[in-house]
Order: sequence, then structure tokens, then C-alpha cells
Amino acid sequence: MTVRDDIPGTYIFDGELALKGYPLNKMCYSFNEAANRKAFLDDEEAYCTRFGLNDEQRDAIRQRDVLALLEAGGNVYYLAKFAGIFGLGVQDIGAQQTGMSVDEFRARLRAAAS
Amino acid sequence: MAQIVGGICTSHIPAIGNAIARGLEDDPYWRPFFGGYPRAREWLADVKPDVAVMIYNDHGLNFFLDKMPTFAIGAAAEYRNADEGWGLPTVAPFPGDPKLSWHIIESVMADEFDVTTCQEMLVDHAFTVPLQLLWPGRDRRDVRTVPIAVNTIQHPLPSPTRCFKLGHALGRAIESYPENLRVVLIATGGMSHQLDGERAGFINKEFDLHCLEKIVDEPQELASYTIHDLVQLAGTQGVELISWLVMRGALDEPVKKVHSHYHIPVSNTAAGLMVLANAA
Repeated sequence: MTVRDDIPGTYIFDGELALKGYPLNKMCYSFNEAANRKAFLDDEEAYCTRFGLNDEQRDAIRQRDVLALLEAGGNVYYLAKFAGIFGLGVQDIGAQQTGMSVDEFRARLRAAAS
Repeated sequence: MAQIVGGICTSHIPAIGNAIARGLEDDPYWRPFFGGYPRAREWLADVKPDVAVMIYNDHGLNFFLDKMPTFAIGAAAEYRNADEGWGLPTVAPFPGDPKLSWHIIESVMADEFDVTTCQEMLVDHAFTVPLQLLWPGRDRRDVRTVPIAVNTIQHPLPSPTRCFKLGHALGRAIESYPENLRVVLIATGGMSHQLDGERAGFINKEFDLHCLEKIVDEPQELASYTIHDLVQLAGTQGVELISWLVMRGALDEPVKKVHSHYHIPVSNTAAGLMVLANAA
């Protein structure tokens, strides 16, 4: 991944990422509305075209790959609305990003209490 | 004159709203979290605020990257919740206090804080969940609200020092309001958590406990951190601590600690609660 900062595994959503990710984030922001979530599911490619996603962004959307979506300029708050279409929450995307099962990810969160 | 009775800081995780909607307060996973709130509700019942000034961050419900205000103040008679896209049930509208909103806007602008004013403003889980936690069964419309949204999405974010100083200006604004209102400030967000990147799931208990200690008597110590420090110490979304600093800046020096509570984890987050009473 592109290291955006000196904190490993961390993206700082700065102007560069905001510029790069604008079409992707705008599409994900549209998923606040149920009709738009349905329109995406009805025809993903057409929906991505409507928002002008580039090839990198379209591919990351096709793959449901959160790290690739971040790399393509996605911001996690808008990406969460994309994940929500598939019934996935922040623990599911946390598990995907860290290469763990959801149970392993949850266990790691619980372990932070000790 | 209006009086600030005190302030509350609380986490605002969406999963809490889902747990409330499903009646899971006594579930084994949730009980240690919800168990922190009765004491805060008792305090609110004692101090009887007329208005809650809500300091929080929008997560892409009302604001998008097309226009992203650093500080935005609601000035509406009512604030509506709406679909955030991932299944959290919506809740009934919240009454506003537009006259107080405009007084705050005029006062903080005169104090050199150039805020964005909003006569329509959707409020997301960061606003609704804490109100549901603190006033369960809110049908009685117990308090009027003034929303103040702080940008925590698009960097550069306002510095912790700037947020603390906004709190000073906010305190002067409220205390110069000519009506006899009792006002509580509720800051939402935190504590340590990170949703994105390979570092997702990051939680820092030691730093959170440090914040819960310092927010009481040495908030200027927390205000001296940079945003970069907070990302490192509390995670990318742990920067929501800056809303706590707005709240704390508006309170007296010193304050009386009424109650605090800390629990790991709620969803991906370390959940914190702090209730501070103004000394007066």
C-alpha cells in the first residue's frame, strides 16, 4: 500500500486522497438512500459509470476489497455505506483489512480490555 | 442569564442504537456498557437542563466532501434523523432552540470563530445515540437541542487547541444569553478506535484512561496534542476526542467530576463516559 503517513496501516484522509477518491466517495454517499442502494444492486457497472469511477475504483468495488478502496481514495465513513448494502459492519471490514476471521478480530478487540 | 450546569462526554457507536432498538440493554455483551448510564441520567434528572448543546461529528449523513465545514452550528426549530445506509433504525425528530442557536452563532463569530450556519441539518447517530442513552424513551421531548458539528473526516481537522478555544467562546456565548435557561453540553465520540487500514481494531486503553483523568482537571494537557498525535495514540477515528475538548473548554475551571465509566469493546471501539458538573 501507499504509506500516507508514518503511522503504519493508517490512512490520513487529506486533500490528495479526497481529490482522488471523490467519485468513489460520492457514489458511496448516495447509498444513504434505499433507492440508490437498489439501483446499484440492479446494475453495478452502470451505477459506477454514472458516478465516473476510474478503473482502479471500479475494480476495488467489484472485488469488495476495502484496502484497495482506501488506496483508491475511499473514506471509511462512506465505504461503510457500501459495506452496508451487503449487510457487512465495521467488524466484518476490520477482519477483512487485517486478514483475520471475524471471530479472531472480535477476540483481538476484547483482548484490548486487559 | 443562562447557566451551564455541566457537561457529558460519551461514545456514540451506531451499534448502541441497534442494541437500544432491539432491547438488548441487559444482554451479557451490552450490560457492562449500558450499566454506566443510570448515574448520568440521575445527574441530568437533578440538574434539569432545558437545552442540550450537542458537539459531535457527522459521518456522511448531512455533510459530504462537496462542502465540508470545520465547525457548523444548527439554527433550526427541529432536527431530523435519516437513513445512514447501513440499517440503523431512524428516530423521531429533536426539537431545536433557534433563538439560542443564533445567539451562540453571533457570539462565537464576534469571538473570531467563523462558523457555518445551518437552518436545515440532518443529525446522524453521533447526535441521536447519546440522546437516546441519556434520555431513554425520549417521547416526552425533554430537552431542546443545538447541534454543533466538528469536521473529523476531511483533513486538515481543527487542532485540539482550536477546539478547546472554541469551547471557551461557546461558554462565553451561552453564559451571556439573557434568558434563564439551564444548559448542558454533550460531547460525543471516542474513545480510541480505528475502522480503516491494516491497523483497524486499534484500541489504546492506557491513553483512554489518561484522557478520562486529564479531561477533568488538566484539559489543556490534552489540548496540547496535535491531530497527528491523536491519530497515533487513539486511532484514526479516536480523533473524535476533539469534540470532548470543545465541551470541556466551555465549562468552569475547576469542575466537579460526577461520574465516569469505561468499557472495551463496543463494536470496534473503547467506550467512555464522563459527567462533569460546573462548580457554580
